[in-house]
Amino acid sequence: MGTKKETVIRTKELTKKFGDFIAVDKISFEVHKGEIFGFLGANGAGKTTAMRMLCGLSRPTSGEAEVAGIDVYHNPEDIKKNIGYMSQKFSLYEDLTVLENIKFYAGIYGLTDKQIKDKSEELITKLDLQSQANTLVSLLPLGWRQKLAFSVAIVHQPKIVFLDEPTGGVDPSTRKQFWDMIYDASERGITIFVTTHYLDEAEYCDRICIMVDGKIKALDTPYQLKQNFKVDNITEVFYQLARTAKRGDD
Amino acid sequence: MKQFLSFISKEFSHVFRDRKTLLMLFGVPVVQIVLFGFALTNEIKNSNIVIVDNAKDLASQQIITKLASTTYFKISRELMNASQIDAAFKSGDIKLAIVFPANFYTDLLHTNKAQIQIIADASDPNTATTLTNYVNGIIADYQSQMNATIDVPEQINLDVRMLYNPDLKGAPNFVPGVIAMVMLLICVMMTSISIVREKELGTMEVLLVSPFKPLYVILAKAVPYLVLSLINLTVILLLSYFALGLPIKGSLLLLYAVSTLYIITSLALGLLVSTGAKSQYGAMTLSLVGMMLPTMMLSGYIFPIENMPLVLRILSNVVPAKWFYIIVKDVMLKGLGFSYIWKETLILFGMTVFFLTLSLRNFKTRLE
Repeated sequence: MGTKKETVIRTKELTKKFGDFIAVDKISFEVHKGEIFGFLGANGAGKTTAMRMLCGLSRPTSGEAEVAGIDVYHNPEDIKKNIGYMSQKFSLYEDLTVLENIKFYAGIYGLTDKQIKDKSEELITKLDLQSQANTLVSLLPLGWRQKLAFSVAIVHQPKIVFLDEPTGGVDPSTRKQFWDMIYDASERGITIFVTTHYLDEAEYCDRICIMVDGKIKALDTPYQLKQNFKVDNITEVFYQLARTAKRGDD
Repeated sequence: MKQFLSFISKEFSHVFRDRKTLLMLFGVPVVQIVLFGFALTNEIKNSNIVIVDNAKDLASQQIITKLASTTYFKISRELMNASQIDAAFKSGDIKLAIVFPANFYTDLLHTNKAQIQIIADASDPNTATTLTNYVNGIIADYQSQMNATIDVPEQINLDVRMLYNPDLKGAPNFVPGVIAMVMLLICVMMTSISIVREKELGTMEVLLVSPFKPLYVILAKAVPYLVLSLINLTVILLLSYFALGLPIKGSLLLLYAVSTLYIITSLALGLLVSTGAKSQYGAMTLSLVGMMLPTMMLSGYIFPIENMPLVLRILSNVVPAKWFYIIVKDVMLKGLGFSYIWKETLILFGMTVFFLTLSLRNFKTRLE
């Protein structure tokens, strides 16, 4: 990835403290437009907290952060129009149908009736869910729910989409299909900010950032990281870094 | 606005898709009305009664002394005309009035017959019957004492009038109670569960990341349950009118207006519960134990409040249902207008503002 690209996320010494506990400790990084940016770390390393600050769900204690060119302190509400979010729980309403879920999420992002109609048709065709459009989400297989959740998260064409461990509990072949969707979105210029604890998935990212104890311990392309650490997979890189952790799982 | 409508339509989908809950919401009032039809009797102490002694003679004084010597009554005022008695009933100050005619003792001595009029507030039929029975017993006791010493038995006739609910139907008493309970059930339990479910499913996070304002989330959640509560109120009123033959004496508009206020109080409580509960199950337990139980115990519709120990009597004042119950009883059964219920309404309004502020603040802090 070239460095001349437009920057969509920029943080400088971003910090979050909960009392005496420093969850995120002065992290600084930049994410470029259309990039797939992987955020790795053990449980409790601070990756979810960092993501929540960027989404406007949590107020930073100190430091600077800009998302889609907007300051997280002053205009967190403006950021919300420019981002999508998908959590590990897939966040669909199980007692609503596929179509109702799409319409609802498109609706709360303020799309017009026509846009909602077009978008619903487009999504259902793309996901190959024509026959299931009026099926309750609770009856869909997990893999489809995941794909639907991702489609819904980008239904309003955000600049950036935040994925919080989006592949939890899904089998490898479905995960592969899911990553195809991510690549597709990235090609359309949507920046992907993804946290994961599947280390093999880290290889799919353009750049990865490894967090240990609230600090960024490594940030580079997967290839470069492997070179630097003189190992042949990211898992090894991760273990070398994770070994230095003082915080336990929490 | 468009976004808001999308949200409300989604909330209605949730409600209508959950047939079991819907059935419960509309089934519970029906079952309750049938169940509570079998009136419950309870002992009553220290009821405010008024004795109008137009005779002021030996016999009336003796009877009054006897009445005063029991723990059942608290005799408050002793001289009133008919319209003053009426006013005292309407204001809820008294439960019972006993009227001695002017020539009570003379009648008793010369004709061996005398009359005492007993007027009771039967909008609470259990209390009315019990109190009348107490008076009955005391006067019968007095009579037998008197008759033991004389040859010709003297007879005191009691003329009993039940105000507001002459047939002593149990229904009038509990219909307002059922209304209070069902609204609480829908608003507190359903609202809190529906908010907590969003948190459990993780959809709340997605909503918070969206440009949709958290305050609107709450509003959009409240609307369906407000509508549902008003429909349920209508069902209960129709049921009590057609099945129990209970007319609505007061203004229907006033009844709905006050109910809306109470629904808003309950919604605020629901929101409060949702900020304190971590799971849907927790929200349900908290609603049932924390809200329904005190309401059932302390609103006065099952157990008369005047009969409770002081601590509970004081505690009952913080239960919104108590005030709502009084208002509904006054409007529905006594046909009273706003000028009679403004105090209770003001208290309820104050509670609404208090709980709403508290729960909104709690909700905000929880989001941080």
